[in-house]
Amino acid sequence: MEKTRYKELVKKHQPTETRSQNAFIAFVTGGIVGVIGQLLTEFYSGFFEISTKDASTFMLVTLIFLASLFTALGFFDKWVNFCKCGLIIPITGFAHSMTSAGIEYRKEGPIFGLGSNIFKLAGSVILYGVVSAWFFGMLRLLIMGG
Amino acid sequence: MIYLTSFLFCGFICLLGQVILDNTKLTAGHITSIFVVTGAFLDTFSIYDQIINRVGAGALVPITSFGHSLIHGALYKASDMGIMGLLMGMFDLTASGITAAIVFTFIFSLFFRPQN
Repeated sequence: MEKTRYKELVKKHQPTETRSQNAFIAFVTGGIVGVIGQLLTEFYSGFFEISTKDASTFMLVTLIFLASLFTALGFFDKWVNFCKCGLIIPITGFAHSMTSAGIEYRKEGPIFGLGSNIFKLAGSVILYGVVSAWFFGMLRLLIMGG
Repeated sequence: MIYLTSFLFCGFICLLGQVILDNTKLTAGHITSIFVVTGAFLDTFSIYDQIINRVGAGALVPITSFGHSLIHGALYKASDMGIMGLLMGMFDLTASGITAAIVFTFIFSLFFRPQN
């Protein structure tokens, strides 16, 4: 094969996305998720006449539901591949990792498949979140007295 | 205005995550764990509360707010119960999110099959 032809082929199959492009996409999509969160919070607090704090809980549950549903329907994986951190860092990434692990390991049975693997990816978030929250809480109680 | 701050803050956190993901060997699991610990650390001095007050829901959506909610519930309970309160109140605020994620995952994994 000629060298120029080879170079052309390599160029054709190289990933065209660059780091700055990835970062920009993550920024925009992450920002959009944040705006959706704000919209939902205001919608719920107006529609159900509840406090902003309760409405934000509703909003998080809605985002988790949508992320789980879209993962189960199969097209959320493509979105995550495109947006990367724009959908992984928001709470949607937490729901996505749990639902994809659940659906993936469901065929290995309800106990050793689904039950053992549901927290396979999300478990690290809960583990390090709880341990660090406990540690920092102890520090604050001991040093600042609550 | 609050939509703009939501957009900028949530976008900035995701941008930070993407830059770490692209330029180091850390995986998405490392980054989410680091961000949760960061959120818990920031709320130790009530910094994250002030961010939420100014930014709105844009600060509640990223995974950093998970760490913030964990320590916030723990410290709130600890103000009544002392050191045992840390253990009792840990999941007070995050219970809805974790329960919802578990229940939806269970239901969907019963009815859906892997696509590929």
